[in-house]
Amino acid sequence: MKKLLSHLGLSLLDSVRDLAPIIMVIAFFQLLVLQRPIPDLAGLLAGTFLVVLGLTLFVQGLKMGLFPIGETMAHDFATKGSLFWLLLFAFALGFGTTVAEPALIAVADEAANVAAQGGMITNSEQAMQEYADGLRLTVALSVGAAIVVGVLRIIKGWPVQYLIIIGYIGVVVMTFFAPPEIIGIAYDSGGVTTSTITVPLVTALGVGLASSIRGRSPLTDGFGLIAFASLTPMIFVMAYGIML
Amino acid sequence: MDMLSHFFTSLLSTLRDVIPIAVILFGFQLFILRKKIPNLRQILFGFLLVLLGLAFFLEGLEQALFPLGKLMAEQLTAPDFLGVSEAGPGDWKNYLWVYLFAFAIGFSTTVAEPSLIAVAIKANQVSAGTIGTWGLRIAVAIGVAVGITLGVYRIITGTPLHWYIIVGYIFVIVQTVFCPKSIIALAYDSGGVTTSTVTVPLVAALGLGLANNIPGRNPLLDGFGLIAFASLFPIMSVMGYAQLSEWLAHRRKQTRLSGEGD
Repeated sequence: MKKLLSHLGLSLLDSVRDLAPIIMVIAFFQLLVLQRPIPDLAGLLAGTFLVVLGLTLFVQGLKMGLFPIGETMAHDFATKGSLFWLLLFAFALGFGTTVAEPALIAVADEAANVAAQGGMITNSEQAMQEYADGLRLTVALSVGAAIVVGVLRIIKGWPVQYLIIIGYIGVVVMTFFAPPEIIGIAYDSGGVTTSTITVPLVTALGVGLASSIRGRSPLTDGFGLIAFASLTPMIFVMAYGIML
Repeated sequence: MDMLSHFFTSLLSTLRDVIPIAVILFGFQLFILRKKIPNLRQILFGFLLVLLGLAFFLEGLEQALFPLGKLMAEQLTAPDFLGVSEAGPGDWKNYLWVYLFAFAIGFSTTVAEPSLIAVAIKANQVSAGTIGTWGLRIAVAIGVAVGITLGVYRIITGTPLHWYIIVGYIFVIVQTVFCPKSIIALAYDSGGVTTSTVTVPLVAALGLGLANNIPGRNPLLDGFGLIAFASLFPIMSVMGYAQLSEWLAHRRKQTRLSGEGD
């Protein structure tokens, strides 16, 4: 019990250290640059305490739950030896975690807004909703496909950089054909699709697979799934913009 | 009371994020793999901690840091503060604080980003400690800081986004050739993990504030793109960090060898 408490105390300190820079930046700009008092100091302190507590619990849960299950399942799939189910699992994980991602919903609504103002679709509630839903499905499909390709790459041992370079060429080529209004949103969509829960799981899956397959290094081959998942949405969103 | 109901909304929305993932994981485990999960209770407890932790984290951010951070982004980009007038965008010196804010907020939010912490823990484990968790996180944070600063410069000058990104890609490809092979995949990954819960809302407020207030900028066309910068530059900084540590290790070995030769 005592050990657990001292462990928790240490992780709390870690979280305080992680958050100290943000607090210093905000205090510096508010007090010295803008020269305004901090409104509602008590609320700010209470909120900061919640953030510190939340980060501590999250990191603990990561080590106890998300990492072990990701690795165990990757290992079980590797020993089961069924490529089909592994790839289906990879697709489901990519698609399922992306389609309901709040950041993506926000970006899709924003894109529908841009499309309506740019005259690409009619400026009606229904057309915008359809456009946003279609975009969300497209991005979720693209993330599912990205994880499938990434898992295949780990199994086959392909070097990550060739696939990434192909992806970069795809992005550049699409940029020249896509309507200019969509480019900013497409580029940003790559960064927002991978959420805080998806990242640890997908990382554990990749590392677990690479450690279970002989001849693969967990470091060289295990990482890279997130990279694909943040590259394909850019291409797919621009393709979506071209088609509509 | 109000705070409590607000917290439950956060908890519900986190739950909505976690449920599809839990369904996929446990569905495959039960029906396809059909194997007992070792330490099931510990794993379920871990999920509960993740759920609660994220809910607290988001709730605290929304209560305390986001309102103030967004307000500051608005104040720093307000026409009065920038000295923007009908005549033109004003003196470049007025924008110095904006650049400094962009750099500082990019760095500090990335250090606190939970998904980056996760990847850093894993990379440290897998590399048997050669990749330090702090080394990686600082490298990524510097990348994001530089990226956002350059992204702000792009919004202020109104230059097209894709040229920056294409040049960035070329840089990444060239760096890949010279970089230690073991770090490449991790470096590419760090591009995607940097921008989530903490960074996106603050950075988006900064971008939209600038695009709204600088004459001649269209928020729809120019307000986006900061996230793209923030996902590209960490790739370069992480590879740079690996090259630097390799070079330093090499130099140390050289001096030691020449020392033994004497």
